[in-house]
Amino acid sequence: MVDEPPLEQVFRQRWGYVLASLIGFLGDVDLAEEAAQDAFAVATERWPRDGVPTNPGTRLVSTARNRAIDRIRRERTFAAKAQLLAAEPHEEPMAPTTFPDERLELIFMCCHPALSVESQVALTLRTLGGLTTDEIARAFVVPEPTMSQRLTRAKRKIAAAAIPFRVPPDHLLPDRLVAVLAVVYLVFNEGYSASPTRGDLADEAIRLGRALAELMPDESEVHGLLALMLLLDARRDARFDDGEIVLLADQDRSLWDATQIAQGRAALDRALAMHGHGPYVVQAAIASLHADESRDWAEIAALYHELSRLTDSPVVELSRAVAVAETEGTDAGLAIVDGLSLDNYRYMHSTRAELLRRLGRTTEARAALERAREMTHDEPERRLLDRKLAELGSD
Amino acid sequence: MKYMLLIHQADAPTPRSPEAWATLSEAEQQAVYSDYQAVNETPGVTPGMQLDDPATATTVRVQDGKTLTTDGPFVEIKESIGGYLLFEADDLDAAIDLASRVPAARLGGAVEVRPIVEW
Repeated sequence: MVDEPPLEQVFRQRWGYVLASLIGFLGDVDLAEEAAQDAFAVATERWPRDGVPTNPGTRLVSTARNRAIDRIRRERTFAAKAQLLAAEPHEEPMAPTTFPDERLELIFMCCHPALSVESQVALTLRTLGGLTTDEIARAFVVPEPTMSQRLTRAKRKIAAAAIPFRVPPDHLLPDRLVAVLAVVYLVFNEGYSASPTRGDLADEAIRLGRALAELMPDESEVHGLLALMLLLDARRDARFDDGEIVLLADQDRSLWDATQIAQGRAALDRALAMHGHGPYVVQAAIASLHADESRDWAEIAALYHELSRLTDSPVVELSRAVAVAETEGTDAGLAIVDGLSLDNYRYMHSTRAELLRRLGRTTEARAALERAREMTHDEPERRLLDRKLAELGSD
Repeated sequence: MKYMLLIHQADAPTPRSPEAWATLSEAEQQAVYSDYQAVNETPGVTPGMQLDDPATATTVRVQDGKTLTTDGPFVEIKESIGGYLLFEADDLDAAIDLASRVPAARLGGAVEVRPIVEW
């Protein structure tokens, strides 16, 4: 009992499983949410008194099912003549250990391309992550009523348009999986890229990534994404010092989470063993090289070249330029940067400034830094650019 | 589930716009005819009923043989509905599959899939 996680943690871990199982059973997201909330409320009352059952997930599902059946019965009594509920609910007793894990069906439903990306993200966090509407609204900096409306509309569309609760058939799976992975990565980036205070979203994304890897063990990109998130997030504590950005080369490696790096590399090895070479696997391989004691820039440049081929993204080309500058010389890197049409991307200007600085072209470097500074609205980032400007000095 | 498939014609060539239609090879023209026929003969396809509100809409396009599915009505080409189908299907994926077989979807137009309100 000493290691028993607090109830809240049990709930967060089980919420997606319980809800998925209930939606599979009831075919109705709102009713499933109500029943799941009932079951968690019962558990909150009983478990501290009677102890946590050996199989909390299945216990919660069976309580919730019973509650849902009660609810339907009650409503049916009231609305007997309205004939709103035509079908009898299944009432055959179920063995508590045989509830299917339907989280995969749930995530594919939430990330159906017929829903807007914002709705996909919000629904996934709500249903699989168990985050409250208020928490999701705060994370994405929108008013709570806006998020609430977005969720309501999405759930209504699922019901009205009959978005299926199932894992897509094989011919649709590759495209649909791309959407699922993109949603999880979007959640991760929201928590990772901005400031260190939003780490809970990065944690949530990693939790979703682990669940996907467990549910779809044969998909290399799933392991690739999990590896990427673990490897990036392992540097979380080293990326900021007193609110100031610390660049990768200057980070205190003792602050890196070695366990998480090892887990990330294990996930990457799994993906590579399946001959995975999709965009997430390649990005994870790059992140793994960046975590090495001495960075193999030639290998990093080669992987960026591969990633560029896969994604056709100028942003990836910008990263490749940095690696090329390290291997083939600053001029070669700058030539790539100058060929990119990324004028509205602030990191293009800050990268260009760094390369110009190395070449001693101080005036141009300063102009590029000032350009980047104009474009950023992030305070720590602005202060970093100010420091770099000060370091350049005057001519 | 019943769905209305609203066919947004946009710039998709039809026999009614002879110049655009002439840009298609004869084989492509034949394919358009036979694809529409196949769609019309698909079990479950019939015309006419009330539509749900636009917020429930899903828009399907086909580019390079890939089905692109997005949220909402296809507002940029309003006023350009060239025809419609009614389709009885198990779920949205089945309706999307039928929509992706409508030739207008791959010829520059789009197909809006809207569930029918059932009372």
